[in-house]
Amino acid sequence: MVQLRSPRPLSEGELQETKPNVEPHSITSSAARRPDAIIDPPEDAVFSISELSLWYGHKQALGDVTFKIPVNRVTALIGPSGCGKSTLIRCLNRMNDLITGVRTIGVVSYHGQDVYAPDIDPVEVRRRIGMVFQKPNPFPKSIYENVAFGAKVNGYKGNMGQLVEQSLRQAALWNEVKDELKKSGLALSGGQQQRLCIARALAVQPDVILMDEPCSALDPIATLKIEDLIRELVKDYTIIIVTHNMQQAARVSDYTAFMLADEHGAGRLIEYRPASEVFTNPKDKRTEDYITGRFG
Amino acid sequence: MATAPVILRARGRVAVRQAVSRASAYLFLGASLVGVFVLLLLAYETISVGAGRLSWDFISNYPSRFAERAGLRSSAIGTVWVLGLTVIMALPVAVGTAIWIEEFAPRNRALTVVKLNLANLAGVPSIIYGVLGLTVFSRFFGFGSTIMAGAFTVSLMILPMTVIASQEAIRQVPSSIRDGALALGATQWQTVWYHVLPGAAPGIITGIILAVSRAAGETAALIMIGAFTFIAFDNTSPFEDFTTVPIQIYNWTIRPQEEFRENAAAAIIVLMVAVLSLNLLAAVIRERFRRS
Repeated sequence: MVQLRSPRPLSEGELQETKPNVEPHSITSSAARRPDAIIDPPEDAVFSISELSLWYGHKQALGDVTFKIPVNRVTALIGPSGCGKSTLIRCLNRMNDLITGVRTIGVVSYHGQDVYAPDIDPVEVRRRIGMVFQKPNPFPKSIYENVAFGAKVNGYKGNMGQLVEQSLRQAALWNEVKDELKKSGLALSGGQQQRLCIARALAVQPDVILMDEPCSALDPIATLKIEDLIRELVKDYTIIIVTHNMQQAARVSDYTAFMLADEHGAGRLIEYRPASEVFTNPKDKRTEDYITGRFG
Repeated sequence: MATAPVILRARGRVAVRQAVSRASAYLFLGASLVGVFVLLLLAYETISVGAGRLSWDFISNYPSRFAERAGLRSSAIGTVWVLGLTVIMALPVAVGTAIWIEEFAPRNRALTVVKLNLANLAGVPSIIYGVLGLTVFSRFFGFGSTIMAGAFTVSLMILPMTVIASQEAIRQVPSSIRDGALALGATQWQTVWYHVLPGAAPGIITGIILAVSRAAGETAALIMIGAFTFIAFDNTSPFEDFTTVPIQIYNWTIRPQEEFRENAAAAIIVLMVAVLSLNLLAAVIRERFRRS
């Protein structure tokens, strides 16, 4: 059953004076939406997103997004620039909270809990849902400190050295850096930095890893390494990846969501099905146009 | 078919435009030289008058009514006391304010007003801070004309400058670092403490050093709270009367005797060297951190 929510109260950080039009745009595109283009994966859902809309000030960036993200699978979000895929992924761990004037309505349910419910603490959300960003952003500190930081601030009591090693091994970086853990994270190559950021996220022992175009700043070889790593990690984690690169989505994802901005610029979910089917037999004409390179 | 040869030497309008452009460069060079020239002239004047008086005795003697025996001892000690306490008082308040504004404050109209006021406060004449210091610290809190009253007044005076410099430094820390820390489940305070402050530290330190070097020359506000006095002892507590080097300079310049003018010039040299050293220190810190 779909649960409709009233707009959540403006928090302190938000502009009090902006009163964006609260009404979602009439869902014109849903008329054109093929009902069978968005499926319900048979696996257990980690996220169950329903009727999620988001505004940056007065501008709507997401319109009425509803789908389920399955556990221990790679789900890719694809679509042209400005279709709201990064906005959507940043809703999942409440990173959009950090932007002034953002308003969200709808439900992002994580294991049955709405992450936007008033009593939910974003810090608790983020320690369970790790994130890797578009541009590798290691802290200007040693490799060791980079990996240990998340665990440290979350009060990890175990053997930190072991955790660092295990996380770096999981991120397929250990063999390259094991003798220079004291070296600055910034001294690594771009691909290594990104794997360091993945190791850093893993050290917090999350359940989900969000990746926002993790390879867009990397060369093809580094990209391939990250893709291999994603396939390896998905055995233990749920991975959601935003990518511009359709080949990448086809290579790494189990499920693929295609998004597109409507006539008002609000991102909408057009198609969501197993990756193999999206790329070989798209149901929606717009998906087909996009993956065959007719636009975007 | 033969084409006309291409001429790339400046002709006609292009030649005129280029001549104007070249002339403007000389004009602006001239403008820059005015400042440099005046500064050099002042420095030359001061050094030629005062250099003869420079000696260890000049620095280690108490003031005296005999020009040749007068020295900077008590005023230099007073200056160090005031500046030291100023750093201790102003730094935490300035950094705290800057962190609040940049990291925690809601982005609303009230914040814009606060920021605007900070910029305005940085431009308030120091004599106004002197009057404020006299009313609040000397009279209301009863610090009289002591080092405490002076340090509080100077702290207040450099606060806007230091807050703005600290804000600038905090803004220099890339937001990707904050995102990275927050995404790992760090709280906002942990993000600030472990990442923003270390990243901003060189800028903050540079800012406070520059503010202090400006405060070192502060005269008006301190005269206002009563630091224009004859001190012939070493300050050992912040609750004693004091004087500072610029006040000593002012004191000497208003004496009728020619010898005191030499003292004043020599004291200016000492103050200038001290201030320039502080500025140099700030530059070194900035460069060191920029490279690492």
